[in-house]
Amino acid sequence: MPEPTSPPDAPTLGDLALEVRSKNAGPFWVTMELFMRDADGYRIVADESFLDERLIADLYRVDASTIRIYRIPSLNVVKISFPRPVSQGSLRDRDMHAGQHHVPLALLRAPVATPVAAVAGGGA
Amino acid sequence: MDNEPAERVRILTPSGMLGAGWDEATIERGLALGIDVITIDGGSTDSGPYYLGSSTPKTTAKAVERDLRSALRAAARADVPLVIGSCGTSGTDTGVDWVAGMVARIQAEEGLGLRVARIYSEQSAADLKEALDAGRIHPLPPLGDLTAETLESCTHIVGLMGHEPIVEALRAGAQVVLAGRATDTAVAAAYPLMRGMPAGPTWHAAKIVECGGQATSNPRTGGVYTVIDATGFTIEPLDPDAACTPISVAAHMLYETADPFEMREPDGTLDVRDATYVAIDERTVRVEGSRFQVADQHTIKLEGARITGYETVSFTGIRDPLILKDIDAWAELMGTVIRDRVAQILGLAQDEYAFDLRLYGHNAVLGDLEPESGPPREVGAMLLVNAPDQATATAIAKIANPLMLHLPTPSMDYLPSLAFPSSPAEVERGAAYEFVLNHVVDSITPTAIFRTEIEEPVHA
Repeated sequence: MPEPTSPPDAPTLGDLALEVRSKNAGPFWVTMELFMRDADGYRIVADESFLDERLIADLYRVDASTIRIYRIPSLNVVKISFPRPVSQGSLRDRDMHAGQHHVPLALLRAPVATPVAAVAGGGA
Repeated sequence: MDNEPAERVRILTPSGMLGAGWDEATIERGLALGIDVITIDGGSTDSGPYYLGSSTPKTTAKAVERDLRSALRAAARADVPLVIGSCGTSGTDTGVDWVAGMVARIQAEEGLGLRVARIYSEQSAADLKEALDAGRIHPLPPLGDLTAETLESCTHIVGLMGHEPIVEALRAGAQVVLAGRATDTAVAAAYPLMRGMPAGPTWHAAKIVECGGQATSNPRTGGVYTVIDATGFTIEPLDPDAACTPISVAAHMLYETADPFEMREPDGTLDVRDATYVAIDERTVRVEGSRFQVADQHTIKLEGARITGYETVSFTGIRDPLILKDIDAWAELMGTVIRDRVAQILGLAQDEYAFDLRLYGHNAVLGDLEPESGPPREVGAMLLVNAPDQATATAIAKIANPLMLHLPTPSMDYLPSLAFPSSPAEVERGAAYEFVLNHVVDSITPTAIFRTEIEEPVHA
């Protein structure tokens, strides 16, 4: 399957969102949400050919089979939960409330399908 | 106190956490609207395992006392019960007694005569081992089966009560309920359930109010007012300038929960899939359609923490661009030299202690997950050492001290002097803890493992 490409000037998911946040959900889970600005932004992040368990597994180096993704169109929200790889408060936990772990997700560039990228790339 | 079924129950939640504080106008506005109960959550596991492991509160006594005084006065004025859950942050027995001591002092000072119930939720490893042997303890993901050794290793274990022990205390005439560890929601759900409010809207409302102002347009003002009735609930912020919107209320079901649609309570599962959120006016939201499915087996979730070792922390600052451009190599060299020196001086193998070198300003927060690169302008290097005893942890940090001061990068041919922010550079952190329980125990009855004591009022 061809990978969707993201030109370097493509907006990040954070650019398209009202808020991207993460938080511990009890001591053993982390959960994060993409609150998108509108239905168009929601369609991008809710698209399973872009944002799926495998993408999150790569981004956060966790086992894809443990990841739960919830798509909530009524709120334009995609929510992602997975077990914390490092237990809360342990020697190697650098983010007690897991409140800064949304950043890799927020910095992801939105995908642009290859043909569109080719067209858009003409003026670059 | 009226135990009869009510048409509606009005809840005042002045703050998401006892000790976080609120403006007195918050209380006045709630009293003016008319209330049936005041509920405040007093704890959480969010701040890490230390508070349960050491059985000490996260909040400072003065802040808790200020909030308690305000809440007790309001409860007495309105003649409504006050329910506080997870006393002392972790809800251990000493946490309950800590809050109860303050309540007694305030009642004496204010001339109040409210009847106080203390509900203890701390569990003994011996009792739980019997439950384990009887096959009544089950793991929740991601943890596996529990062992007796894990139970015995915990310094403190608490069970999260549902609404039932609180209801029992209220029925027995308690006007103030100081609960040990309780689910965040049970604190607000107990009184409405006792008055016959439907379980679906009650548990849903309780989830929304448990973080106070989080569900409003201005989370910093705190405080919400909720009315539960036979078909749903309405919610509004107590700050007249803040608003609840259908989105802010619906979105709060996502907060701090792994699953946005279902939430397990001791007695069953809240399901908000079909809930509807409608704006009644520009700052009040009506929620209907929440369901609650009573479970076949009532369960109590357990929390337990144990000591992982003792920690000493050291911190130094780096500004020299020559080091910063090669900061990863510097950190790697630091690790190698520390391990060599510790083996040479203390004779410790690598598995007999541990340390974490965090480069604040570079990649300390996200570590290997950090997506951005480029030389930082300055870096705070924090060395966190964990060892089986405090003296060893500090010895390792002191062995690292000359390195934290003078270690060059592998390519430098002179010794830099780095910027220690304090003298001494090392700080002993004491015992470090970890959470080790994420298990439920099948209840024999919903109240069996909790102990309630009700005191007759002194200053009636």
